Amino acid sequence: MSARVATTLRVVQQRSILVLIGLLVALAALIEIIRPGAVNASWVSNILEFAAPLGILAAGQTLVVITGGIDLSVANVATAAAYIMASQVPHGVVRAIVLGLLVGVVVGMINGIGVAVFRVQPLIMTLAMGLVVTGSLNVYGQSDRARGVPVVPEVIHTLGSGTVLGYVPVSLFLWGALAVLLIVGLRGTGFGRLLYALGDNPEATRLAGVRGWQVLLANYTACGLLSAVAGLVLAGTVNAADLGLATILLLPSVAAVVIGGTSIFGGSGSYSGTFVGALILTVLNSVLTLLDVPDAVKQVLYGAIIVLLAAVYTRVLGRD
Amino acid sequence: MAAIPDEPPAAPDLLEARGLAKHFGPVVALRSADLGVRAGEIHALMGANGAGKSTLVKILTGALVADGGTITLGGRQRAFRSTSEARRAGLICVYQDPSLLPDLTVMQNLTLTATPVRKFRHYLNELGLTGFDLQAMPRELARPTLSLLELARALAIEPQLLLLDEITASLPADLTVRVFNVARHVRDEGRSVIFISHRLAEVAALCDRATVLRDGRTVGVVEPAQGGEERIVKLMLGPVAEEVAAEAASPSAPAVGPVAVEVHDLKLGMLGGVSFSLRYGEVLGVAALEGQGQQELFESLAGVRTPESGQIMVGGKARTFHHPADAIRAGLVLIPADRLQSLLRQRSVRENIALPLVNRLSRWGVINPRREKRRVAKAIKRLQIDTRAQSEVRRLSGGNQQKVGIARWLASGFKVLLCFDPTRGIDIGTKRQIYGLVKELAASGSAVLLFTSELPEIQLACNRVIVLFGGQLVDEMPAAEADEQALLRAAHGLHSEEEAEKQMQEGA
Amino acid sequence: MATAEATAPAPRPAGVNVGRAVRRYGWTAAVYVLFAILMVATVVIKPDYGPFEWNTLTLAALPLAFAAAAQTAIVLSGGIDLSIGPLMALANVLSLHATLGHDLAYSLAAAAVVLLVVTIAGALNGAIIVVTRVPDIVITLATSFIWAGVALLVLARPTPGIPLDFQNLAQGSAVSPWVPNALLLLFVIPLLWVPLRRSRAGLSIYAVGSDRNAAFRSGVDLGWTRVLAYAVGGFFAACGGLALSMTTGVGTPLAGTLYTLSAVSAIVLGGVSLAGGRGGMLGPVAAAYILSLIPAVLIYLGIDPNYGQMIQGVLIVLVVMIGGIGAVLRRT
Repeated sequence: MSARVATTLRVVQQRSILVLIGLLVALAALIEIIRPGAVNASWVSNILEFAAPLGILAAGQTLVVITGGIDLSVANVATAAAYIMASQVPHGVVRAIVLGLLVGVVVGMINGIGVAVFRVQPLIMTLAMGLVVTGSLNVYGQSDRARGVPVVPEVIHTLGSGTVLGYVPVSLFLWGALAVLLIVGLRGTGFGRLLYALGDNPEATRLAGVRGWQVLLANYTACGLLSAVAGLVLAGTVNAADLGLATILLLPSVAAVVIGGTSIFGGSGSYSGTFVGALILTVLNSVLTLLDVPDAVKQVLYGAIIVLLAAVYTRVLGRD
Repeated sequence: MAAIPDEPPAAPDLLEARGLAKHFGPVVALRSADLGVRAGEIHALMGANGAGKSTLVKILTGALVADGGTITLGGRQRAFRSTSEARRAGLICVYQDPSLLPDLTVMQNLTLTATPVRKFRHYLNELGLTGFDLQAMPRELARPTLSLLELARALAIEPQLLLLDEITASLPADLTVRVFNVARHVRDEGRSVIFISHRLAEVAALCDRATVLRDGRTVGVVEPAQGGEERIVKLMLGPVAEEVAAEAASPSAPAVGPVAVEVHDLKLGMLGGVSFSLRYGEVLGVAALEGQGQQELFESLAGVRTPESGQIMVGGKARTFHHPADAIRAGLVLIPADRLQSLLRQRSVRENIALPLVNRLSRWGVINPRREKRRVAKAIKRLQIDTRAQSEVRRLSGGNQQKVGIARWLASGFKVLLCFDPTRGIDIGTKRQIYGLVKELAASGSAVLLFTSELPEIQLACNRVIVLFGGQLVDEMPAAEADEQALLRAAHGLHSEEEAEKQMQEGA
Repeated sequence: MATAEATAPAPRPAGVNVGRAVRRYGWTAAVYVLFAILMVATVVIKPDYGPFEWNTLTLAALPLAFAAAAQTAIVLSGGIDLSIGPLMALANVLSLHATLGHDLAYSLAAAAVVLLVVTIAGALNGAIIVVTRVPDIVITLATSFIWAGVALLVLARPTPGIPLDFQNLAQGSAVSPWVPNALLLLFVIPLLWVPLRRSRAGLSIYAVGSDRNAAFRSGVDLGWTRVLAYAVGGFFAACGGLALSMTTGVGTPLAGTLYTLSAVSAIVLGGVSLAGGRGGMLGPVAAAYILSLIPAVLIYLGIDPNYGQMIQGVLIVLVVMIGGIGAVLRRT
């Protein structure tokens, strides 16, 4: 390998976010070629609106994956938060929203206790908690039917699908604010540093005097809260909350993280990557819809593209 | 320098390796290694830590592919791409860390490697494991047993060339004798053995010739039996080390301060009740052979493991450490031998050095980048860390990595530095820097406890030495008296030279 | 070398070794005991528990047992497959297509082809992982989309029409009412697994999962062995898909969704280490029966069967914690 190629590779490696943005632009260009005039302000607005819930859900997932874990309960939590919020509206909107968010905090905390204190593998712990959450929600849904159909309150509806100045989705403000918080927080706070440290080498982190369980507990709780927020936004976007609301977002939440360049083994990555990853997945969906591809083919292509991107990361940009 | 003396033009060698080289990224593991092994000989491969022995072994057995050089086996040039290929050619290695699969029974392990069971039994009996239950699982067996099983498995295939990589390190003396006897049988049948060991006495007792590596090069071939040990040591240490040793022979008198750490009757695992005290302003050396309790000693002082009993007093107050965080708060910090144990390999030099600065819940908030940068830069400068590849610590050389591990504590502050074999596998230049730094730190008032597996180096850095043997503190001496001979004797639990000779002979 | 104490390992008596047997088979035995206790409780709760209920249980457990077997083969090799469910769905819809309106002999031949196709799909999972060196979890996550998409391409919506003769292979009880066919079909698992385990290939699967470095030194071909494990997983997933066809009579493109995660639950409960190398097929199969029995018991008790998922989740966490505590105790 010539020195120049090596340098180029190094630059790409360190600036993989540019590659991702390039990919995003290429996909948009593809849409424009297929259907000239399709890429306009309202299209962008739509993409951002649909990407926001996924982006927020994937934010929690990013935090967990950076520590070398995985959270398979994010979608269950999002669904439960949205459904409980919607069903509690008759008792007051504020209370409903707080209860919805509380679901996320509590489940996240239990995940955290399991992983951090009892050292259960994250995959198992969150898988099991996902089952518990969904089971409980179904029981709750049955018992609660008498109290009326779940309603999405106006605030949440506006949050999920309202726009400012005609085109700027309201959810973008929330998503953007969370993104800035995460990007800055991961780089510039002690907590962020410790997430990377734990993901890279838990033993070394312990030797440096860090009590890892505190970090993990806080982290899983944050992930639960972010999942709950994502659930509420999603309920606003689709203006409904049913018992299977966010289920389809579980795998995309992991896919967005992986496409965004965060190593599934932990220790590296960033939320800016995941942010673009969520956008790429949403635009990809849009391309496939525009091509009038049947759902089945869409799924196949979706999967194939994740394989391809992951392979490119590991082989071409991969270290060692 | 790489001229090969002492080699009569005898029968053609069974194995002939020439100019083998291997590097991992920026780290050169092997520059140019030559090795010739005759049929029917036991050949020692010697060298200090990091000299390239294990890399050479891996290349010979096909576990690694060399960047350059040739291997000729039985007159045919070979380049093994896998261990099974080397195996088929009659070349088998028994590693220090047993490679029996922990979750398969011994019998299944034999099936997996297509080992003839009857021959395996035969050699097992010869090694003294009669009536061994083949349904046992390696996960449930003791380390020495595993080493013997692995040896018997290798012997059962009756290889042309058997490599024993530090096999005696985990064996008690009586089992070592059995292994030696078997190795001699192999030789008497006209096959060859390459024997890798740190223990000079073993090499002298067992081996016909010895090839010595230093810094990835073959520096000589010696016949160890008749007084060759001296030459081996000289070759292993090299001119630089001699120079350093000469320089260190007159250590400046230390200005010793008050007691920093006092240890009373500390017990943990192998460590069976050790008491000593460490003062501010001194470097206290710990000399010991492998596995004499030094690991447990350092781990309990650093809070990695909690001692079973005994007391650790820091600054006159009794402390109990349940977590490294407790020890760090008390000012005791650890530098482990294995850099992979202490570093975040994917993270930057800066993040690695700054890690202890965020190790408490109260420090989870926003980091002041300017202040952090200043502290990190200061530590980098003091240790002269080469930061050309600072974006990821794994791109640094071994020496620079170890410096990062030390710089971390310079940036965050400490009172007592616990260095557990900090120069393992590090080049001689960096070694000098690290020892220089250790002395400097002590001179500026810190206390340092230093264990090194390379006994000649103890004199370079320490003011005083304690010797551990069998989990007990058996000797204490000022650095001036702690030459390699004295330390070796003490570390073997011997007190007179005659006794030492006797033991070595018995071991043979 | 004055370590004079003779520490020669004492020769061990050959024969039965109680402690070792408990260590090795204790967990599996405990899973069967748990199942037996649950069965006794079920009969106590529902005194008229008869062959019909037992048959219903075996039918419900059959696809899950195969899914668990599939996941076990892969996890033993140190991997994990999140596409087990979609692979089952693929086998399920393919079998509907292939057998629709045909007689038994033709259906059986078609089923064999389906087995082959889905086994290859499973092997493909493994091959992609080995070639790209991307972590198992990422690749199988992605291929779970692919196989689910392919299943949807084969069949857009749930369609009945699996020939009755073919269904009866699982639904009848040819031997005795207490020995339903669905129970006998489980013998497909040992039929493949027992000879495999005794062969070098099967030992290699355990070896790769147990310690990759030691496996390499023992001359195991890591790449091929991992592909083999995924192929075996694909084969059992295909069996699971065919089991779905036989037990439901319907081809359902989304049928497998639940089985991916349930299979992970079953292997965890069945004592297979997620780290690889440790465990067998007996535990997970019993765990599949336990997981299928819980909702039935809840129904007999007149409790909302939705509690079943909750109980399953809590059970898994408890089991893992008990396992963790056991491991800690053994270490000290």
